[in-house]
Amino acid sequence: MFDWIEFVGEVTLFGLRVIVDLFRPPFEGGQLLRQISETGAKSLPLVIASGFALGTVMTLHTRSTLVTFGAAATIPTVQALAFFVEIGPLVAGLLLAGRVGSGIGAVLANMRATEQIDGIESLSIDAFKFLVVPRVTACVIVLPLLTLFMDFAGLLGGYLSEWSASRITFELYITRAFANLEWSNFIAPTLKTAVFGFIIGTISSYFGYTTNEGAAGVGRAATRSVVLSSLLIILADVILVKLIFFAFPENAL
Amino acid sequence: MSDVRAAVVFDHVSKAFGAKQVLRDVSFEVPAGQVLCILGRSGTGKSVTLKLLMSLIKPDHGRILVDGDDITGLNEVGLSRVRRKMGFLFQDAALFDSLTLYENLALPLHRLTQKSPDEIESIIDRVLGQVGLSGDRKKMPSALSGGMRKRAGLARALVLEPKILLADEPSSGLDRITASEIDELLLGQKAEHGTTVLVVTHDVHGARRVGDRFAVFDKGDLIAFGTAAEVEQSEHETARKLISEQ
Repeated sequence: MFDWIEFVGEVTLFGLRVIVDLFRPPFEGGQLLRQISETGAKSLPLVIASGFALGTVMTLHTRSTLVTFGAAATIPTVQALAFFVEIGPLVAGLLLAGRVGSGIGAVLANMRATEQIDGIESLSIDAFKFLVVPRVTACVIVLPLLTLFMDFAGLLGGYLSEWSASRITFELYITRAFANLEWSNFIAPTLKTAVFGFIIGTISSYFGYTTNEGAAGVGRAATRSVVLSSLLIILADVILVKLIFFAFPENAL
Repeated sequence: MSDVRAAVVFDHVSKAFGAKQVLRDVSFEVPAGQVLCILGRSGTGKSVTLKLLMSLIKPDHGRILVDGDDITGLNEVGLSRVRRKMGFLFQDAALFDSLTLYENLALPLHRLTQKSPDEIESIIDRVLGQVGLSGDRKKMPSALSGGMRKRAGLARALVLEPKILLADEPSSGLDRITASEIDELLLGQKAEHGTTVLVVTHDVHGARRVGDRFAVFDKGDLIAFGTAAEVEQSEHETARKLISEQ
């Protein structure tokens, strides 16, 4: 029990240090761009493919039920609401935790094992600011953008699935998809993924940066990063959804 | 213990990792411009001594002075200032593996000096020339052989022209000729720039060639310290064996 409390305290302090160091010069612009490219651009194909496949499958599943109740016209609306409000943000977060979280954990743990982090410190460079802060910041910036790609890929997959069954036009599908969608359905859930990004970046960096188990620790850091990031994303989602309902009561369906 | 003109002072330093006592009440000093070779069997605290000196780890007890500054009580800003005086050649070079050799060397120059890009270019050319890697500047660390990586690590350690150079097993895993080239570079650094050098090594032949003084560790204790002749007369058999070329 005491170990857990100590662990939570250490991770919290680690996260707070990220926030403080983010606003303390020198600013690591070059490293940040490098990490945005690594985190964002290289995750894009995975996110788009997953969104498209999920959108297609979701329409296949919901269609028969909605048609039975004579509600075929609401298929685009259901698809859009599901993706923008929950599926897009959550799945994008979990995908990023898998792809990027494990990568951050493994890379930093390997740098620790091969004394690269000590090497950076020995050059009078703040290794935490140089390695950790840009990675966490990149996750925070990139995840909302990836979520948008996930949402629209899901919508496109849903449209193609629906078109193959009913030959609905793209204009009509989009009109119905956005007919009951408020800005608050879209903005708040998308922005909540910035919190998911912070969780992924902080947890993964913590495990990678603080490990001291040599080569064996690299794999462990990667696994722990994915498992705990994913778990915390799901827990944070519950809390953030409640907060969004509190801020925008009309969103509570 | 006098701190005057000593580049490095260890004053009753102890360090433990958990239950394992790695250094026990170690005291010695290295005069500026001399080469100290640290000898001992594996796991006796030699590399820890260098890491303590660079303040990558903190001692449990005692003081460590670098160029007159007690680094045990310094904050990050103070440590950064002291670290600027030192260069560290790590055992496996510890080059930043996502950067080319040139970028590895340019990184501290860009970050810590006000030098123009032309000046940085010229410093890197000079240092790479010194270690014989002029043609390899665009290579990634993974594309370098063991000996080249070692020399690249030495180039990075030298790029800020340190007053104190720390080298952790600079000749381990190298053939005799390459090891001898590394020794020459260390000696050149001492002769041309008056650099104080601390070398952790198992290579007694190389150590006797470059070292002015020798520190011999055994199970966390400093069992002998002095010139080669003095260590050869040590009361500790381990020290006499370690300094012996036989």
